[in-house]
Amino acid sequence: MLSYAEKIREIAGRLLASGAVNMVIGFRQGTIPMMNEPHFAKNPAEAAKLVWDSHCGINLANYLTDRKEKIGIVAKGCDSRNIVTHIIENKIKREQLVVIGVPCQGMVDKRKIALKCPGEITAVIETETQVTATGNGFSQSFDKKDVLQHNCSLCIHRNPVIHDELVAAPVEEQKGIDRYADVRAVEAMSPEQRWKYFEDLLSPCVRCYACRNACPLCYCPTCFVDESRPQWVGKGQDPSDVRTFHFLRAYHCAGRCTDCGSCERSCPVGINMRVFTKKLEKDCLDLFGWEAGLSLDVRPPLDVYRPSDPNDFIK
Amino acid sequence: MKIIKIDKSLWAPGLNQAAAAYRLFGPVKEKEFHSFKPLTNGVQPDLSCLNTRLSPKAIIYPQSEVMFDYSLDESREDHHQMREAAKDYSPRAVIGIRPCDAKAFELVRLNFDTPDYQDPYWLKAYESTTLIGLGCESPCSACFCTSAGCGPYHEEGLDVLLADAGDHYLAKVLTEKGAKFLAAGGWKTAAVKEADQTIAAMRQTAEKKITSFVPTDNLRSLPNNDLYSATFWEDVSFACINCGTCTYSCPTCWCFDIQDETRGASGVRMKNWDSCMFPLFTMHGTGHNPRGTKLHRVRQRFMHKLKYFVDKYDRGIQCVGCGRCVRLCPVNIDIRRVAVMMNGFAASGEACAIE
Repeated sequence: MLSYAEKIREIAGRLLASGAVNMVIGFRQGTIPMMNEPHFAKNPAEAAKLVWDSHCGINLANYLTDRKEKIGIVAKGCDSRNIVTHIIENKIKREQLVVIGVPCQGMVDKRKIALKCPGEITAVIETETQVTATGNGFSQSFDKKDVLQHNCSLCIHRNPVIHDELVAAPVEEQKGIDRYADVRAVEAMSPEQRWKYFEDLLSPCVRCYACRNACPLCYCPTCFVDESRPQWVGKGQDPSDVRTFHFLRAYHCAGRCTDCGSCERSCPVGINMRVFTKKLEKDCLDLFGWEAGLSLDVRPPLDVYRPSDPNDFIK
Repeated sequence: MKIIKIDKSLWAPGLNQAAAAYRLFGPVKEKEFHSFKPLTNGVQPDLSCLNTRLSPKAIIYPQSEVMFDYSLDESREDHHQMREAAKDYSPRAVIGIRPCDAKAFELVRLNFDTPDYQDPYWLKAYESTTLIGLGCESPCSACFCTSAGCGPYHEEGLDVLLADAGDHYLAKVLTEKGAKFLAAGGWKTAAVKEADQTIAAMRQTAEKKITSFVPTDNLRSLPNNDLYSATFWEDVSFACINCGTCTYSCPTCWCFDIQDETRGASGVRMKNWDSCMFPLFTMHGTGHNPRGTKLHRVRQRFMHKLKYFVDKYDRGIQCVGCGRCVRLCPVNIDIRRVAVMMNGFAASGEACAIE
């Protein structure tokens, strides 16, 4: 994976030099450990700044919405699935894109690593299998597989589902993963326990909307929480308004979410709002055998009616 | 300047004693992070915390604050009248606030306490609060307080500055309010007369630990319109997702929105934090939005902090260098990098470039 960056730069440079695309969207080196910044390159010189490592967790499909240029985009498995969803939902055209596919082995979770270290982390380096975090008076190494983002550890679509270029040979997909243990745990709770669990989960929320805004699915010109005529949701910190935001946002993602983890990764106060979207992801799989973003040729289950759709809920 | 020695064995008992006269707040770890919480039932502030995830501004300036309430129930004598909401402005003390966060209140005051307008909610809360600061011995790598007119032992805005001297704290009394709080805690042992030098030495050591510096010297002299039209804003704003993380975690961001909320026959008028990153922040009633793109909004945030504020108040930048926005931005937009671009703008000759 460490050789990906060079290959990405080479492909991006070539696409830009030949005029095949107007811009390439990827990542550039971050200014603090375990962070990279989404970056657009419009010429080969800017393409030289593109990087790739285990800190490229933000979903770049988010940067494609309604763009008009011809765009090269660096895409790991989840990004590619959201690109498919974007194309299906008419937010970008397939012909506008050159997808630079990145076979992914998962992104590391900076919070997990920070919690395991005794002080502030000032530098992080990585090898193919390990990350080493150093700070004042400590240096700790971790196997990447032990510190992956939770969604990455459960991912079964690490290879891009569509691509025009591929930076390396596909990686082996994870097999035998129990993807919904956390959802089942919540399902097994009594309504009172579950309510308490949601209350506790959402109590730190400051409504900064980083989860929504980092999400490639959340492209509504005006989100329902921002509507003022009529105003659907209060603007304050009333728990009922905070919950309304999170619950409704999750439902808006039903059948579309790829569990890319950008929402959770972006949250400044560490809320795992993925439990909501994952429940709907699981329902779509159970009810419709559907996983979002795998094909350009099949309409999502909530888009179409099929006589075979489950209708047991009609009494 | 009076310095009191507080033996650490007397710290918790003193706080418990002070709690009789003050509502205490301090850093407490909940789940993964520290935040400022009321210290009730003998909960002690965790002074080992590097800094709290969000700034303590909410203690004085809550994210949601009811200003008025009203009732439409005509059986009440005061129906259809706005009433001042009940507030508790009894004395309170914030224990272990960092010098950067305390100085931030001084900057915010410039907005909430002007000759023409005073925000009564902010001012009353601020005036009822005593700030007991803790000198910062382990500045984070993203902190740049010394470039922002502040520092790890900066005293501006504090009532007491505590320095951790091993088995005791040296408490430098900076205001009357501070003296009163220490008296309420029963701490009165005067420190040895060299204590001032001890604190000065600790301050120097801490300042040397700051590794991040941001140039601001040119900002004031740069022409506003040129900076506004600079081509680098596209580069700066590309990654931005327009969330409120930077503004909500910032100790110096002060913008709010006023909302009425009604339920049945009663309701409230409240102020809520708002953010210049949100499109709705500047949406006109007509539907026109003068800051209609994220480039507009990102530029506004940095221009406000690093240019308009500098020009208007001549008090430096609207930033204390706490580093929270740097650490928390989900897409790594770094104010230090933007400050370098803005401050170096003239030198780059970009003003002459033809777009």
